[in-house]
Amino acid sequence: MTLDASLLWQFDFLIVLMVIICAVAALTFKDLITSAVVFGAYSFFMCLLWTEMLAVDVAFTEAAVGAGVSTVLFLGTALHIKRRAKD
Amino acid sequence: MAEIITDIISKYNYWAFLILLLMGLHAMISKNNLVKKVLGMSIFQSAIILFYVSIGEKKGATIPILAHGHGTEQVHQTAAQMVAGFVNPLPHVLMLTAIVVGVSTLGVALALIQKIYRVHGTIEEDEILENIKE
Amino acid sequence: MKLVSLVVTLLLGALLLMATADFPDWGDPQSPASLHVSDYYIENSMEQTSVPNFVTSILADYRGYDTMFETTVIFCAGLTVLTLLRRNHRRQKKVVMSRPKRENQDLILTSAARMIAPMMQIFALYVVAHGHHSPGGGFQGGVILGASFILLALAYDLRTILDRLKERRALIMCGIGVAIYAGIGAGCLLLGGNFLDYGVWGKVLGVSPVEARSHGMLGVEIGVAITVMYIMFSLYADLSSGGEMDEGL
Repeated sequence: MTLDASLLWQFDFLIVLMVIICAVAALTFKDLITSAVVFGAYSFFMCLLWTEMLAVDVAFTEAAVGAGVSTVLFLGTALHIKRRAKD
Repeated sequence: MAEIITDIISKYNYWAFLILLLMGLHAMISKNNLVKKVLGMSIFQSAIILFYVSIGEKKGATIPILAHGHGTEQVHQTAAQMVAGFVNPLPHVLMLTAIVVGVSTLGVALALIQKIYRVHGTIEEDEILENIKE
Repeated sequence: MKLVSLVVTLLLGALLLMATADFPDWGDPQSPASLHVSDYYIENSMEQTSVPNFVTSILADYRGYDTMFETTVIFCAGLTVLTLLRRNHRRQKKVVMSRPKRENQDLILTSAARMIAPMMQIFALYVVAHGHHSPGGGFQGGVILGASFILLALAYDLRTILDRLKERRALIMCGIGVAIYAGIGAGCLLLGGNFLDYGVWGKVLGVSPVEARSHGMLGVEIGVAITVMYIMFSLYADLSSGGEMDEGL
């Protein structure tokens, strides 16, 4: 019994679209804390993409590291420097 | 014309990876704020990992773990059937290392940014360059 | 500057697009990436190492050398952040830092964190121990353990958690984690095999070489989990307090 739902192209396309929107948003906002939170969402959507490609170990690591530790590191830095970027 | 369209659609994972890579690269070169540059570097790394993982995909295959590993009924398959039934595990292994090294690099980059802020008082690139020139 | 970078980026994109015309289709089982080495791993991993998860057996046994140096890289990154950010307080008067502040702790946050953190730690230990049969392994379990400490440090004060998890002890334990990995490999040298060839541990443990490889993999995963846990917490403690180690986020 194989998981044959691995290449449903509609699902794939939707998640890829969300990934690109989150990446553009994280780079455009001027408030650094907002960028950090949207980067956490980007990480989580990448994890979903890899689960859909049946790479379960990679998705597990990205969920723990990207949406957990990496977002908190960005937030911790953004609170010690100026919160507002100029571009 | 029709075969160009089918060609594009059958390789659309490369398109997704390409758009993310170019966005990350553009952010690293052209943004003024140092934290945005580091964000661009992180997006770039994710795009490369996406590319590698999508290479190892096989149609109609399952996750790279044996289902009845130590059970009493061993599924006897030929070698070729086994190879075609599992997704290629080698890119997953390489990308596990890449993700963890990426988060270490992120930590060091953010520490450097805090140190620069302590010394110069700003993290915009053009203001730092003016400070250095004086 | 922005115009130049936009032009360069688009040129690079066009070049890469032209290169993808030669690439194999997505999901092709005959693509060259899946042909030569990885089918040896898929066919022989269960007989030679008795571990059903191919990713864990390749990561910890067939390519164990890479994993050892990756653990070293994580350790060095933690040391670098410490070196960059810690300030020298010898010129100022000595700051008494051992009394935790209890004024601004929220009741809901602390109660919720106190209930969630033990569950996270049990789940993380399960992930480390069950890495041979399910997705998981050393890295994932170590990061979840570190994240449980970060959760407690966010709900309580950073100083409260640093009372229990002192900085010097964290660094010593990181070093012990890397030493466990290298020590298992060096033990193989002492017993007569190659470096990181876990099969020769079967003579000491009294099991067949196939089982010894499985146990050796579990040992190195534990070493990796210890290192990753302490480094994740120490990265958070350094970055969120600017090196002072007294106030958290």
